[in-house]
Amino acid sequence: MSRPAEGIPEPRHRLGLAALAGRGAVGGGAADDDVTGHADVVLGFALAWAEAVAGTSYVSMSRSEVEQHLAGLTRQLVTALLAEPFDPAPAREVGAAMVAAHFTGTETLTRTVALLATDLPARLGLTGDACPGRERAVERVAAVQGALAGGYAEALRQRTLDEQEAISQAVFVARDQTEQALRASEARFRAVFAEAATGIGVGDVAGRILDANASLLDMMGYSLEELRQRNVRDFMHPEDAASVWRLYDELVQGQRDHFRVEKRFFRSDGEVIWTHLTTSLIRDDRGNPTYQVAMIEDVTDRHLLQERLRYQALHDPLTGLPNRALFLDRLSRAFETGGRDGRVGLCYLDLDGFKVINDSLGHDVGDQLLVAVGQRLDACVSAPGRLVARIGGDEFIILVERSGSTQDVVTIADHVLAALEAPIRVGEHELAVSASIGLVERPVQGTTPADVMRDADITLYWAKSDGKAKWALFDPERNAREVARFTLSATMPAAIERGEFYLDYQPLVRLSDGQLVGAEALVRWRHPEFGLLAPDRFIGLAEETGQIVPLGRWVLREACRQARLWQDRFGSRAPFISVNLAVRQSRDPGLVADVAKVLADTGVEATRLQLELTESAVMGTADEPLDALRALSAMGVRIAIDDFGTGYSNLAYLRHLPVHELKIAGSFVEGLRASAADGSHVVDARIVGTLVSLAHALGLGVTAEGVETEAQARRLDDIGCDSGQGWYFARPGPPDQINRLLS
Amino acid sequence: MDRPTWAPVEVDVERPSAARVYDYWLGGSHNFAVDRALAEQALRIVPELPEITRANRAFLRRAVRYCLDDGIRQFLDLGSGIPTVGNVHEVAQAVDPAARVVYVDNDPVAVAHSRAILAGNEHAAVVQADACDPDAVLAAPETRRLIDPDQPVAVLMMALLHFVPDSGDPAGIIARYRNAGPSGSYLLLSHGTDAADERRASMKQLYARSATPLALRSPAAVAALLAGYELVPPGVVYLPEWRPEPADAPDPDPSRFGVLAGVGRTP
Repeated sequence: MSRPAEGIPEPRHRLGLAALAGRGAVGGGAADDDVTGHADVVLGFALAWAEAVAGTSYVSMSRSEVEQHLAGLTRQLVTALLAEPFDPAPAREVGAAMVAAHFTGTETLTRTVALLATDLPARLGLTGDACPGRERAVERVAAVQGALAGGYAEALRQRTLDEQEAISQAVFVARDQTEQALRASEARFRAVFAEAATGIGVGDVAGRILDANASLLDMMGYSLEELRQRNVRDFMHPEDAASVWRLYDELVQGQRDHFRVEKRFFRSDGEVIWTHLTTSLIRDDRGNPTYQVAMIEDVTDRHLLQERLRYQALHDPLTGLPNRALFLDRLSRAFETGGRDGRVGLCYLDLDGFKVINDSLGHDVGDQLLVAVGQRLDACVSAPGRLVARIGGDEFIILVERSGSTQDVVTIADHVLAALEAPIRVGEHELAVSASIGLVERPVQGTTPADVMRDADITLYWAKSDGKAKWALFDPERNAREVARFTLSATMPAAIERGEFYLDYQPLVRLSDGQLVGAEALVRWRHPEFGLLAPDRFIGLAEETGQIVPLGRWVLREACRQARLWQDRFGSRAPFISVNLAVRQSRDPGLVADVAKVLADTGVEATRLQLELTESAVMGTADEPLDALRALSAMGVRIAIDDFGTGYSNLAYLRHLPVHELKIAGSFVEGLRASAADGSHVVDARIVGTLVSLAHALGLGVTAEGVETEAQARRLDDIGCDSGQGWYFARPGPPDQINRLLS
Repeated sequence: MDRPTWAPVEVDVERPSAARVYDYWLGGSHNFAVDRALAEQALRIVPELPEITRANRAFLRRAVRYCLDDGIRQFLDLGSGIPTVGNVHEVAQAVDPAARVVYVDNDPVAVAHSRAILAGNEHAAVVQADACDPDAVLAAPETRRLIDPDQPVAVLMMALLHFVPDSGDPAGIIARYRNAGPSGSYLLLSHGTDAADERRASMKQLYARSATPLALRSPAAVAALLAGYELVPPGVVYLPEWRPEPADAPDPDPSRFGVLAGVGRTP
């Protein structure tokens, strides 16, 4: 704001008062002398001025800074008022300076002008004609006011224009930058769209395709023009999951914002591509569905690879037939889709003697044989609803979905056996092969894939054991028996330990006086699952498995323990104990030692133990068992032949055997019942009589089994039979029954 | 706003801008008819608004000088708006021409204008960013160039946070800036309060139409924003009450300004 000294004309006259004014800080050197001596006036006016304009404009100054600033301007005003010759120009500069300091409020100007009219002239003593110059004081003041207001207005106008210009310029720059940024952003988007490896298509909600990128055009084999003439719905594929188009409808109706599916498309050349499709909905500002954007990724290669892996996972690499996994899958599906009346059939097939071929001619020949067999099976069986699978080694299986009846699988089995009759040529070998087949055919209701598989396996085993080149049909009763037998034999060892076996005792009675002389120990099995089991249910099984030896040992020990109790309680009246000995036991080398140990352990006298053996166990055997029997006999143990008369006894041989007692089978005794009208009882009576005579001739005692009536007992006594056993006397029962009978 | 950060902000001069309305109340002409219309409407509700803006500006000057006296030479002015008279770099560089100032605003026009004003000033710059996104502000090249994170810095939030609703987590924003500076840094805060004045409710409605709706807070809520700072006496007070100049006449009713001021120093 300061003006250089040269710019101001040299004042020609000086007012006397001017010499009193203070030194101007703002006004420049030219005014210095004018205000010297007016320091008080300047300060006083500046304070009044600051007070008057306080709060009327925003200036970035503290109050004291404002006062200082206004003091500078006051000096300029004083200078202008007092200058000789009079020149109001510095007041213009004061107006401009006020605007520059942001004294821009209109009230600021109003108060400044008012103060200038009254306060400053008064402080300077410029009143009326007091001014010594050419102009009257009031004229000077008016001119200074005018100049200040003019300078102020011009500066404010300029400032306003500048600020408007600046802010407009700022808008222009900002817009320009924004537009540049928008263009860059749009270009970025355009590049993403155009260059994306993923196919991108844009359509409206009616399904009209509006735009598509190069990847999508390439993927679909259409030009953009061709694609624009199509609707999204034209790309429906017959095998699309129903959900795909339901999701699509929900999307275009605004019920969902995106969906993602796996979907097939037909290319323009008819080829099918597999894709991952993600479709998103674009809404307008009010949320209405406006566009749809589809991102499509071609996953055909991946899909084909998966298909191939899937095929490999489900097929046997050697024969190319479905493998076990696929078979099980189809079997499960047959159950799922079988409904209430559906039936399913399985032919489980195993080559006879394949191992021999493999071992003797080598795996290569074996493999080729399997391939040839697979081909024959496939040729003679495969049809819709039938599946031939190789499920391992030389095992094949035929699944008959929706089988009509058991005859269906039987017919297939016959065809298969016939198809394998012709020899198979492998290299220079003509190989005759046959197969065994297990057949299962049944309604799917009430069974499971696992059941059917297990039963087919069992049935194949039956077919194998029935001989080669045969089929066997699953028989639920046979299976149940085998299952029960298997279960019993498997659980028997543990059952002995758990004490599931116990003994009943049946009295042996002297016929002449009805005295109880002995008791036969009969083993029972209280099975936790099958209930109470009689010996015929498990003794044969135990003989097969060898479990009879430990079981027999337990029976012998338990019976002797009981015999000892009776011996202690009844002394000489105590009954002898009779224990059955199975064939296998009689041949057990440890038998004699076992018996001796049991007798010693229990303290039972050997003469109180009778061992019952069947005819076959005693006769027609090698020497060792006889040796054992002789040894036992020598110990004093009685040997009885059980069920005598039912086997083929060598009567002549009988005399050489260490036998003390014959037990006549119940079937003979049955004929001795009084009322038999056909006279058969006469024959039976003679047979029994003959047997008794024979036994007595050999010095053997005779016990009749199966005595059920008093008449039988009387007749047997008449015939001379020594003892009887049967329901007439007592049924087998707990030891207490014997106690009661003896007491 | 879920606009991606790299997408440009639109320039819409058909909507009033808080920065230009403020400028109008300060007596500036960096504004358009739409801004002046809103400013005049607001004046009909709260005639003291020009006075309030002036008082706010005066507080800024006093607070910045206070920081300068304490040796602060770095200033981060958030929501700086149109850099009219008495802006931070003028005040600071009058004391020390090497004082560094970074202005931050998300109004592209205000930023363009600031850039024009600051052209040639090596120690001041403007960042176009959302002041409520401290990470963006602190990571801006201008901030990194001018603000030394190892030196105390004064962060200015003048009439800013009453444009940030609670859902925008103003305390979290403050904390992020606080944690960015060393001990001895400052927060300079002025904030509109809704203390029992129904005219404020009308103001809120009015501002709801602008690009920057209003979220006035209670004195307690404003004081809570300065938690974590040591308050410079006299604490959180109405604008003219914060360390007035000795020459300033005491205001008979400072609460009529409806704007609270406070300066906090990080311990």
